[in-house]
Amino acid sequence: MLISAKDISVHHSHLSALQNVSLTLNAGEIVTIVGPNGSGKSTLLRVLIGAITPDSGHVDRAPDLRIGYVPQKLAIDATLPMTVRRFLNLPHRVKDAAAADALRAAGVAQVAHQQMASLSGGQFQRVLLARAILSRPNLLILDEATQGLDQPGSANFYRQIDAVRQNLGCAVLMVSHELHVVMSASDRVICLNGHICCEGAPDVVEAAPAYRELFGSGTGGALALYRHDHDHHHDHAHPHEHH
Amino acid sequence: MLDDFLVRAALAAVGTAAAAGLLGCFVVWRRMAYFGDATAHAAILGVALSLAFSMSIIWGVVAVAVVMALLIHRLSGQGQAVDTLLGVLSHGALAAGLVAVSLLPGQRIDLDAYLFGDVLTVTRRDVFLIWGGAAVVTAVIWRHWQGLLTATLSPDLAYAAGVDPRREQLILTLLLAIVVAVAIKVVGALLITALLIIPAATARGLTRTPEAMAAAAVALGALSALGGLRAAIAFNTPVGPSIVCVAVTLFAVATISRKFIANGS
Repeated sequence: MLISAKDISVHHSHLSALQNVSLTLNAGEIVTIVGPNGSGKSTLLRVLIGAITPDSGHVDRAPDLRIGYVPQKLAIDATLPMTVRRFLNLPHRVKDAAAADALRAAGVAQVAHQQMASLSGGQFQRVLLARAILSRPNLLILDEATQGLDQPGSANFYRQIDAVRQNLGCAVLMVSHELHVVMSASDRVICLNGHICCEGAPDVVEAAPAYRELFGSGTGGALALYRHDHDHHHDHAHPHEHH
Repeated sequence: MLDDFLVRAALAAVGTAAAAGLLGCFVVWRRMAYFGDATAHAAILGVALSLAFSMSIIWGVVAVAVVMALLIHRLSGQGQAVDTLLGVLSHGALAAGLVAVSLLPGQRIDLDAYLFGDVLTVTRRDVFLIWGGAAVVTAVIWRHWQGLLTATLSPDLAYAAGVDPRREQLILTLLLAIVVAVAIKVVGALLITALLIIPAATARGLTRTPEAMAAAAVALGALSALGGLRAAIAFNTPVGPSIVCVAVTLFAVATISRKFIANGS
């Protein structure tokens, strides 16, 4: 067990609420949390990283837990100058070789000397990923990390995460609304709407009535597309061509 | 050397401006300018209390500034309306301070010295206090640099890395109280925020990393302090406002020349 949350409830007024949510992550697992806006996905992640103290319930962390966290978005104030290389030194300074390796693993080997503000959306997310893997985490947490990327862009990004995970052997916990790209790669899917509606293997959740009630049945076809794409290891994703 | 009032004034001004320049980077990055104002204005209340209880001005100012800083820190976690609340606290403290000073029995005090600074009258003891305060500010920021920077970028990144951003914020607010106490003799309560944000804003355009920006802000602050002191003596103008005028001039020159360079290339 890496991290385990038991009976978490949060009812602050400015956050999406959670009722009695329990979740355990084991080493090497890929778990995806899906749910509509305001369903408490980000709240749950923030409880797990310790940013929110739940009103009831508790979180157990393995002694050797190292979290690599990729936030949903990161707004760097325009008054703060920050090169990519300097950003990778947060929160701990790293050697140049390690920084270069992380950037290569995240697919942005060339950007080290650019300003963070000058990066494209896709590059920015990859730099966030590079920073998260520098601490050699055994749990990588991604909060809607592909927000703002187009469909091929986010498919590429998820492939990168897959590569990183195989390299590091870490567990991955991600939140997503892009079911078609994410779900089939997951060992387990948790469908959240304030409470856990259903959970299990992607096939099981996809067929579950509670899931279909939340997302409709239209996503089934898109889910199949990702599998197709994934099996053949295309270099770039063009899911629409196979429709 | 410290017998010369000009040397004392120069040392006091440089020490203050350097500490303010360093802390000012965080004030700019975290958009805490209004925090600076509120804490600085509260200093006048500190002056009144010090005179009323006949204690040393600097400790009265530190005490009130720390109380104000803690109050602001407490309020800052609670939603969007902080801006207005800060305005109420800031001007409330300033007005209450001005009223309290006028109610003090005995000789009328020279309020201008506390509102606009009076660096030409600093004593040897003031110089030591100012450099002591500046040393504390520098040492604390040096020690917490990585954590402060992570928390400034994103509270969630800080939490995930085991850094408590609320604690880092508290450290900055307390340092702000120290800078206010140190700076009141030099530029006065009304212009302290200028010393915090102007050198940092100038440094932003010249640098590519947070460290470079902090170093440049310290250097620009010190340069403004010396230039302002010199100008004040040359033109017989008040020192505090002269320092701020030099800082603003440096900002304007840096901004305009950057525009020219950008257009030229």
